[in-house]
Amino acid sequence: MEASATTVTGGRSVLERSPIGRLPDRVLKWGLSALAALILILIVYFFIRLIGQSGHVFSTYGLNFVFGNNWDVQANIYHGGALLFGTIVTSVIALILGVPVAVAGAIYINELCPRRLRNPLTILVDLLAAVPSVVYGLWGVFVLAPRLLPAEKWFASTFSFIPWIGGGIPQLYNYFIAGLILAIMILPIVSAISREVIATVPSEHKEAALALGATRWEMIRMAVLPYSRPGITGGAMLGMGRAVGETIAVVLVIGSAPKIGTHLFAQGYTLAAVIANEFGEATGIHTSALFAAGLVLFVLTLIVNMIARWFITRGSHGTRGTGATGMTIASGPANEK
Amino acid sequence: MSATALPQISTRRRLTDKVMRGSLLAGTLIALIPLILIIYYLIHKGLSAWAMSGFFTTDPTGSFFGSPGGIRSAILGSLEIVALATLISIPIGIGVALYLTEFGKDSWFANTVRYFVDVMTGVPSIMFGLFIYIVLVIGRFGGSGFAAWKGAVAISLLMLPIVIRSAEVVLLLVPSSLREAALALGAPRWRVVFKVVLPTSASGLVTGSLLAIARGMGETAPLLFTVSTAFALTFSLNQQMNTMPFLIYTDITSPRAAIQTIAWGTALTLVAIVLILNLLARFVASRSRMA
Repeated sequence: MEASATTVTGGRSVLERSPIGRLPDRVLKWGLSALAALILILIVYFFIRLIGQSGHVFSTYGLNFVFGNNWDVQANIYHGGALLFGTIVTSVIALILGVPVAVAGAIYINELCPRRLRNPLTILVDLLAAVPSVVYGLWGVFVLAPRLLPAEKWFASTFSFIPWIGGGIPQLYNYFIAGLILAIMILPIVSAISREVIATVPSEHKEAALALGATRWEMIRMAVLPYSRPGITGGAMLGMGRAVGETIAVVLVIGSAPKIGTHLFAQGYTLAAVIANEFGEATGIHTSALFAAGLVLFVLTLIVNMIARWFITRGSHGTRGTGATGMTIASGPANEK
Repeated sequence: MSATALPQISTRRRLTDKVMRGSLLAGTLIALIPLILIIYYLIHKGLSAWAMSGFFTTDPTGSFFGSPGGIRSAILGSLEIVALATLISIPIGIGVALYLTEFGKDSWFANTVRYFVDVMTGVPSIMFGLFIYIVLVIGRFGGSGFAAWKGAVAISLLMLPIVIRSAEVVLLLVPSSLREAALALGAPRWRVVFKVVLPTSASGLVTGSLLAIARGMGETAPLLFTVSTAFALTFSLNQQMNTMPFLIYTDITSPRAAIQTIAWGTALTLVAIVLILNLLARFVASRSRMA
């Protein structure tokens, strides 16, 4: 290499950019890094502010705020155990009702249904994710709750021997209705994740099962389900994360009674619902209590989502977690390609 | 060679197969029932509201007696707030995604950012409302308590992880051979980003953005703490503003049948807009799918 031919004044190679020419690249790189750092700062800042706003409540009530059962606005006592109870009960109802249906649908669409029906069915199930939560609330208040009340009454009196399930007098708005609405709302996400996971089952496994004489169902039970179980569990947990944090649909049909319900069809309350409902008229320590409820909710969703992610990465069999599943997690199933 | 007859599958196994296949089909059909019911009631009850005179051209009166008015201010308010939220979240979101795919790649910082974006995805929408309330509303930042632009910020926070995740997936699909070709021709990185990476992935970025917009349009919870509501039409982003989700939310609790009808009509409008955005996203995605 003849140095004289490839250098310009200043001892810089002609292949090298001038300092000014390099500037836009640096600006771009550091600008984008700053944007990315902004995300981290925002979340950490939020967490600190939230703790700051609710610290007062925790120093007053301690763990009683989370587990104690006495939420009395008149007496200015805020023990939110009933809220945590309602949040968990409604989400568990949603899982019990929603997950089997979602998984059955996913298996049917992937393994049994005629090829021509596959796309339309997928789109229809995904459409549920596009309905805004306030519309679910509207439908729940005017259609679902009043129409199901007679059935709930029959159920509660027929199965009155089962503890907590039957025996009580069903209210118009109750844990069950809230859980049912949540079940419908988490259907698309659980179904989408399950479909994705089931699609990754190697066809060799399925063909091997069939070649050994298994029927279709036996193939599903012995090849498809064991392989996709962790992923499906993760999808269900992700659905639970959604259910825990859902606010508007739940606040309309939960009944807004801050006590631990004595039966399935009793009125209750959830963490998110109490924040949305009591926020308008709250002052002083009541406001802090609502912020603290927010903090409990935040931590609860973090835990549920962390478990979900653990299951999904374990179930994705070595593929990177940022693939299509990551996209579905982020943007909901309508985004699936 | 003579064919050896395989033993028949036992009746019990065949029956189990039939029953289980049947119940899988039943599960699928059950999953479709809520959708059909919701759409039926929306159309059934919403269309009668649409037929009311001035439904789309007048504002809600807010008075209990007399005409309940239309929903013009709610539609325009929703569009204004979501437009502002889009202006905030799309550039930032695509910027972060560009950082992740073009610069950060697998560095610890990029992975931390990815993790936090995942965390943001799981955060309930009401929390974004609380956050903006604590940071911007309590201190009456900008001279007013509740304000439309604060709602837009809350909605943009909610849209951000959706935009980032979908953009990252799409940007990763751009073949690295294209980037390398441009770099080998002497193009600086910023030109590669703006002339090669972004144009190649444009349709995918549009799809993700449309889905994020559709999601932001239907959210109610963040608006509770940031925008509150109003009846009159306003274009001032520093005031309280009416929105479709909030109007539905308040109208549900009204004992008056006419106002409940308005709620159904608003819901039909909202769902129609969200569905159109979703279909548009699907259309854009199917038009140019990268191999």
